[in-house]
Amino acid sequence: MLLHRELRSLLRTGDVWVLLAGSSLVVALTLWAWGGDRGDTAVIRAAGRVIETAALSRAQTFSVNGPLGTTQVEIQPGRARIVRDPSPRQLCVKQGWLTQSGQAALCLPNQVSLEIRGHDTAYDTLGY
Amino acid sequence: MTRSVIELPVSADDRRIARLAALAIGLTLAEAAIPSPIPGVKPGLANIVILLVLMQHGWRAAAWVSALRVLASGLLFGSLFAPGFWLSSAGALASLLVLALARHLPRAYFGPVSLSVLAAFGHIGGQLALAGWWLLPGAALIKLLPVFAAAALIFGAVNGVIVSRVLAAPASDRRQSAPCTLP
Repeated sequence: MLLHRELRSLLRTGDVWVLLAGSSLVVALTLWAWGGDRGDTAVIRAAGRVIETAALSRAQTFSVNGPLGTTQVEIQPGRARIVRDPSPRQLCVKQGWLTQSGQAALCLPNQVSLEIRGHDTAYDTLGY
Repeated sequence: MTRSVIELPVSADDRRIARLAALAIGLTLAEAAIPSPIPGVKPGLANIVILLVLMQHGWRAAAWVSALRVLASGLLFGSLFAPGFWLSSAGALASLLVLALARHLPRAYFGPVSLSVLAAFGHIGGQLALAGWWLLPGAALIKLLPVFAAAALIFGAVNGVIVSRVLAAPASDRRQSAPCTLP
């Protein structure tokens, strides 16, 4: 009884809600930051050969030449994307930003691909 | 030759703020001795003082004590205007802004624990915002977010409980233990 009264004086109704909200924020952040394997390296290939391996740490752009023209790859801290590509359907450009390990954007007509890698790769190989 | 005398009138408020700031600086120095696996994960004991000042003397006084604490601990650690000092300032500023809003919450439902947890989240939020924008842009900080948030939650709650206990403590003349008056 005494313990109960003491607890009541320390924690009011709103305090319990604030603590619950804080806990769910921590859980949400944990799932967000640790759930997926966020990639840390971008691998750019042209005609199957790796031509650039760049860490996702600072902003930079690469221009890669293929049979149709130039594909532009943009890298920013934590993410990468294909900015411009001469392929007719623009599929790899529409994929937007890639962040997770194992994600890839393939510009098949121009034979250029961008793949994100993390600490542990989810798959040994992917067939498309 | 005329001697000019500059007098700086010191009010009782000034003295009280200086005393409370000294207390906060003392706690900051003391907790610097506690080893921490990740820089930035600290109990934030000085926030106990800031919260007590906020609840007893208002937000203005709390802002003064907080600013003096950041400045003086920067001087004492020799990190004045170094990155750590700016991180500390950003944290203190964000936490004061959060408290400026949170102190209007109804007292009947939201006690010191709420204020302390919110201030702790504000503190780490301000620091991380500056660190992420200025010092460590990229994915590295994101991985540490859950650790910082969990530390803010736990230490914020503990500090809040300490604040409620200090506020609920019997007056010094009725206390049975050794006197320990808050300045």
